[in-house]
Amino acid sequence: MHSPNLSRRVFLKASGGVLAGTLAFASGPIALLAPSRSWALSLESLSSRQGEILLAITRQIFPHPDLEDAVYAMVVKSLDRKAADASLHALLKEGVGALDASAGGDWLALDDAARLEHLAPMAGGAFFETVRGDAVVSLYDNPLAYVHFGYGGAEGDGGYLSKGFNDLTWLPEPPKPQGGYLPYESAG
Amino acid sequence: MAMTDNQQTFAHDDDNVVVVIGSGAGGGTLANELAQQGIDVVVLEAGALHTTADFLADEWASFAQLAWLDTRTTSGSFRLARDFPNLPAWIVKSVGGTTVHWAGASLRFQPHEFAALTNYGEVEGANLLDWPLGYDDLAPYYARAEQRMGVTRTNGNKGLPGNNNFKVMHAGAQKMGYSCDTGHMAINSEPRDGRAACQQRGFCFQGCKMGAKWSTLYTELPEGIATGHLELRPESHVARIEHDDSGRVTAVVYYDVDGNEQRQRARLVAVAGNSIETPRLLLNSASSRFPAGLANGSGQVGRNYMRHMTGSVYATFDEPVHMYKGTTMAGIIADEARHDPSRGFVGGYEMETLALGLPFMAAFLDPGAWGSRFTGALDQYDHMAGMWLVGEDLPQEGNRITLNPEVTDRYGLPVANVHYDDHPNDVAMREHGYRQGAELYRSVGAKDIYEVPPYPSTHNLGTCRMSERPEDGVCNAYGRAHEIPNLFISDGSQFTTSAAENPTLTIVSLAIRQAEHIGQLMLRGEV
Repeated sequence: MHSPNLSRRVFLKASGGVLAGTLAFASGPIALLAPSRSWALSLESLSSRQGEILLAITRQIFPHPDLEDAVYAMVVKSLDRKAADASLHALLKEGVGALDASAGGDWLALDDAARLEHLAPMAGGAFFETVRGDAVVSLYDNPLAYVHFGYGGAEGDGGYLSKGFNDLTWLPEPPKPQGGYLPYESAG
Repeated sequence: MAMTDNQQTFAHDDDNVVVVIGSGAGGGTLANELAQQGIDVVVLEAGALHTTADFLADEWASFAQLAWLDTRTTSGSFRLARDFPNLPAWIVKSVGGTTVHWAGASLRFQPHEFAALTNYGEVEGANLLDWPLGYDDLAPYYARAEQRMGVTRTNGNKGLPGNNNFKVMHAGAQKMGYSCDTGHMAINSEPRDGRAACQQRGFCFQGCKMGAKWSTLYTELPEGIATGHLELRPESHVARIEHDDSGRVTAVVYYDVDGNEQRQRARLVAVAGNSIETPRLLLNSASSRFPAGLANGSGQVGRNYMRHMTGSVYATFDEPVHMYKGTTMAGIIADEARHDPSRGFVGGYEMETLALGLPFMAAFLDPGAWGSRFTGALDQYDHMAGMWLVGEDLPQEGNRITLNPEVTDRYGLPVANVHYDDHPNDVAMREHGYRQGAELYRSVGAKDIYEVPPYPSTHNLGTCRMSERPEDGVCNAYGRAHEIPNLFISDGSQFTTSAAENPTLTIVSLAIRQAEHIGQLMLRGEV
């Protein structure tokens, strides 16, 4: 699960310029749907190792074997943004630390099944719910995920009328009423 | 140019105007109908004015743009109180209200649904009541609403073409012996009324960029403004309604776009803020004369909150579906909408295709879930078909909107708390719907079935209900408050019972009827 793509530099860069967006985010829709959090002043952002562990945790929570780490990294990026909040940062740091401690020092050194064994008991707790609540939005709300899961996203903006809205052929075609169904189909 | 740029304006101390609070299906329609009669109207809308060009093909971004996100709280045993404790309802804060967001389904109530108490009998725990009007009273107004909204399969309007999600539902319906078609939708199948035909974008919930779907935003409101008798004031958040010593309402106090308090005097006030904000406003308007809130002598303001029995069934198949392409509500089955207590519940439900984009599917499939069953569903997203179940839920006195004294909004006003417990009848109906939906999809080869719990409520009803007797409700058959002759309820709050059908067509029909009634009262000098 360890990703060679997610170098320390990538995370430092990702955590750099986005800390200021956190307060605006607090009044946005995602904050409404995510678990509760407080919004104290930011002090620091995630370390590279914390990011890597959070990515691996997200892979356990929402396992899509074929999904690129690059998409899971969206979750880390989002959590890093939120980690500008000190208590949230502390929560993440503590959670990552607890996982490492539970694994005897290095949770990432464990294999897949063993990782889950140590993570699962944390389900329902604040750390787990924070990661899950962020990931259920950030993992699936990006163009890379759209492509992966086969969702058109903004491609639909112009309409699918002539782009396959009814291209399903593996079931019987519903009867068309007299006069036609489609705007450009004439009577008869 | 915004539609408000050259509109007629009215002075704050003009006490001849009708003030309509809310610009959605009820308020927007009522305001235009009054303006067409030459009656001066000021519409106060809490939300901002967006145009169709502003609409976004992005679920979360659109949600941030359009949804009512002011804080609310929840209580009760319904699952939403746990999953989305501050988002009990998914409605719109924008000019046009929830007609910006609705899917367009325009079904008339069935005649028996207007007399639920008579036809279903007493149901333990429910607060059933017959409407003070019947189907025949409303039928002519349904006809006018269908004409105005351009409802498909009425007035010679063709049905919409069926998308892939429809094809799956239709094939399953054949196996089940159900009838299924693309429904009665207030969506243009052909250019009509100066608006385009549906282009099958699949973003009905995010605002129809084509304007093919009826919304007061680009129909009723500009038409009303064009008469010179309607002034629309967006970003005007109403705080309370004032009254005089005789108990008649006299003015509406609101916060304008800059947060400044304003007072608009009024000859008559119509409240159409959707079924959470409407009772909240009446309760927040309590005075020494009306200590329990306006129009609340019966104690029924805020009670009998209904949100429809809802739930969804999603199914996955070996072959691709791509359900997100095309109209969100593309097919309707009404066979289970009948009242047939042999199924183990009173009332009935509709089965309507529904598609969510990937982001909302992840958010709503099984809130709180994780692990491989959850991800297995999303892995099959493009091979998935889905339907929404929407049926009658029963009014219960304890299901209610109250003021939460612990939590206030940015103006210092107590927010609404939404309390809801499912009635056993709702639970039995939902289980039945899940079974029928699953069977339908299995009959055409479904692999996995996902029973999805109710979304934050889009249909909020019944918190200021109509009643024959003042002690049973809040307003009469025209939405006129029993206690206050120049105060009207003009949205789904009026509903005595919820019926099975999507409520918008009925809200619009009631608004047309109410406008006619108000015009007559004014001619007679009674208001």
